Amino acid sequence: MPGAHAVSTFVERFAAAVDAHSQELTELDSAIGDADHGINLQRGMRAAVERLPENGAPPAAILKAVASALISKTGGASGPLYGTAFLRASQAVAGCDVLEPRDVARMFRAALDGIHERGKAEPGDKTMVDAFTPAVDALEAGVARGDDLRTALSAAAEAASAGSDATIPLVARKGRASYLGERSREHRDPGSRSAALLFAAAAEALAE
Amino acid sequence: MSRTAVVVVSHSKQLAVGVRELALQMARGSNSVWAVGGTDDGGIGTSAHAIHGALVEALEHCDEAVVLMDLGSAHLNTEIAIEMLEDSLQRRVSMADAPLVEGAILAVVSAAGDAGSAEVRARAEDARQMNKIM
Repeated sequence: MPGAHAVSTFVERFAAAVDAHSQELTELDSAIGDADHGINLQRGMRAAVERLPENGAPPAAILKAVASALISKTGGASGPLYGTAFLRASQAVAGCDVLEPRDVARMFRAALDGIHERGKAEPGDKTMVDAFTPAVDALEAGVARGDDLRTALSAAAEAASAGSDATIPLVARKGRASYLGERSREHRDPGSRSAALLFAAAAEALAE
Repeated sequence: MSRTAVVVVSHSKQLAVGVRELALQMARGSNSVWAVGGTDDGGIGTSAHAIHGALVEALEHCDEAVVLMDLGSAHLNTEIAIEMLEDSLQRRVSMADAPLVEGAILAVVSAAGDAGSAEVRARAEDARQMNKIM
């Protein structure tokens, strides 16, 4: 079962993926947004890694530190959205030292609920919600079937990636891209791409 | 100081300061307008911490505060800034769903006339119905 170490590794893997894909995220955002998603999330996640608590802190404290770093350092809409996601995730696993599969599912559901409440985006609006929603659905379905975490999180990561692909033909109804109307079609939503990176990092780090 | 503070939140510090300047032309002598914009390191964006700081300061001087915002994350970070306030202060803040420039002018004029926050917010939101070209 993943504990504090795995949760820290998840944060570090997500930060490393954002670093590696920073230019790609910014290019996606320059096509249909304000060209800052990669650089903003990179700044936020670098701050998050710097602020990871010392060994011995429980998963909830780690996730809360990430939330605080993202909210204070990110700048664009991804700061309050991912910040709220990590804050709700932290609250969902308060008191847990190790995370059972159902805890992991509850944690990501709470994160999605937080994003939904903060941003008010629905599936199909061409946002991070389009990757996050199928990922959480797949994770919950796997856990409910009794799959081990490796299987359930791999399915979640694949669903997030497919959900991101599915944003390409959509017209944006939320976020900066919605100002482009029809011109937002045929571009991948950058937030959906970073959400897919998040679930890939979770599948690598939390599956042990 | 008026009863109601007006807090202008923009992605751009210059835009926030400019909107305050423009609005104050219509309410000379008002000292109840705060302008906050940009990220903590001076870039384009919004900062929940900076907005929180402006709200705390505004509520030290005025009974209530109405916030006007420009785009996307300005609203999201204002919500977070409000949630960061103590409960007793949270109740004294509201957000106006209004165009920034016209809304700020209507809000500042109304606040300078010593209106409460519900009226200031309603006046700001009237800007949505205004025609620029008749």
